[in-house]
Amino acid sequence: MKSFRYLEGVATIRVDRQRCVGCSMCLTVCPHRVFTIQEKKAVLVDRDGCMECGACATNCPTEAISVSPGVGCASLIINRWLKGKKIGTGGSCC
Amino acid sequence: MQFLPVAGQEDSPQTQQPDEAGIVELASLAEEESSGEVCCGGPAPSRSTLFEKPGYELKGYVRAFLRKDGDDIPLVKTKLDRKDHRQTLLARLGIIRDDYRVPPGLYGTGSPGADSPVLVTANYKLTFDFVRRELDGIDCWLLVLDTRGINVWCAAGKNTFSTDELVRQVENTRLAGKIEHRRLLIPQLGATGIAAHHVMLKCGFRVVYGPVRIADIGDFLDNDMQATEEMRSVTFTLWERFELIPVELYIFNKKIWWVFPLLFFLGALTPDFLSLADTWRRGLLSSAAIILGCTSGAMIVPLLLPWIPGRSFAFKGALTGLLLGGLLLWVSGAGPVEGTGLLLIFIAISSYLAMNFTGSTPYTSPTGVEKEMKGAIPLQAFALVAGALLWLAGPFI
Repeated sequence: MKSFRYLEGVATIRVDRQRCVGCSMCLTVCPHRVFTIQEKKAVLVDRDGCMECGACATNCPTEAISVSPGVGCASLIINRWLKGKKIGTGGSCC
Repeated sequence: MQFLPVAGQEDSPQTQQPDEAGIVELASLAEEESSGEVCCGGPAPSRSTLFEKPGYELKGYVRAFLRKDGDDIPLVKTKLDRKDHRQTLLARLGIIRDDYRVPPGLYGTGSPGADSPVLVTANYKLTFDFVRRELDGIDCWLLVLDTRGINVWCAAGKNTFSTDELVRQVENTRLAGKIEHRRLLIPQLGATGIAAHHVMLKCGFRVVYGPVRIADIGDFLDNDMQATEEMRSVTFTLWERFELIPVELYIFNKKIWWVFPLLFFLGALTPDFLSLADTWRRGLLSSAAIILGCTSGAMIVPLLLPWIPGRSFAFKGALTGLLLGGLLLWVSGAGPVEGTGLLLIFIAISSYLAMNFTGSTPYTSPTGVEKEMKGAIPLQAFALVAGALLWLAGPFI
């Protein structure tokens, strides 16, 4: 998906190097291939390619990845704004 | 092995007995000779099979039943028929999209055995159809989760395609007793809802993430369940974007039809009050601006997405709105005040709808979408209000 790039410098994803055991599960599940393994640890090589789907964090056995996951959908966010500004659970998309 | 009909066993035709693999083909039952003389409408159709039970409906996509451990597991067709294609079209148009589902549970294709792979999918009929179509000539089990009739990716985001639902279906279908391996093949885009290590802990099955697109499943299975980088990457091709457009338009159309009579009513408010020519011209032009504004944001932007400059969708929409709106008003020869008003309305609509398309793309992050909305919505609202005022004031200036 190198042909589609969204806003830069906004993705909330972080990898905790200390916790990472290098199992490479995050590499497997990432639909935008933002990780690589260097010195037996997962490293972010394309942070701006991250769409914050949360697949990596969900499948990380040591909880080394943190991301505020969600769906990048304007109508979902509008619904949330209208119902009181809670981010996270609740609110339906399309 | 246990057979259902006890009474009337002598009536039960020989072919309702399963073959060596335990499979009863429904087509062979239908071909059975019907008895009796020909009356109205030709010979009587074939008798009901024992799989047609009171209160249940036998689905057209079921080819046969596999009798195993006291369960009748439906084996599905890998070719779509005319009805499937018609329903796909209606679902794409958003007409039958909300409750278009198949019953969750265990299905199969070909002649699945103890070593056959188990593919996990969602119970949106469109998804189910696309999956079985790609399984032609492949013997496998199909474990359909109850995702409330929603596709894998969206259901994973809503947590209905989830670890708990997967474990529940594995247990409900008594899957462990039907196969010898302990592997579940999950579509990669379902990974958002599934925690592989939790699945292992809860039901002892190992999760293997398959390719993003079901079209790659044959190659993936042939390649010892190893996916290439290409199979693991999400795409957003012109055709994939095109398929999304009808729904974008349909959802919006439901909400705006009442605007048009209002526009003709407001169009009548000119110095020559209720002049038929003015009413007609102003009503028509403003309706055209709104319809084309919607087209610009919900159709042109999605189709031309990679070629329109800018990262933000609201910006892309505003840009196409400016160009197309400008073209419309130049061609129509609207006055400067009225024309500016309509152009602002055109841009606001196009920008707003383009921004809404973020929900249909596979690459926009929620943090990014929220950021662009905070900047764009006030501007869109301002353009809409200012545009409406200018359009109303136009004839009086």
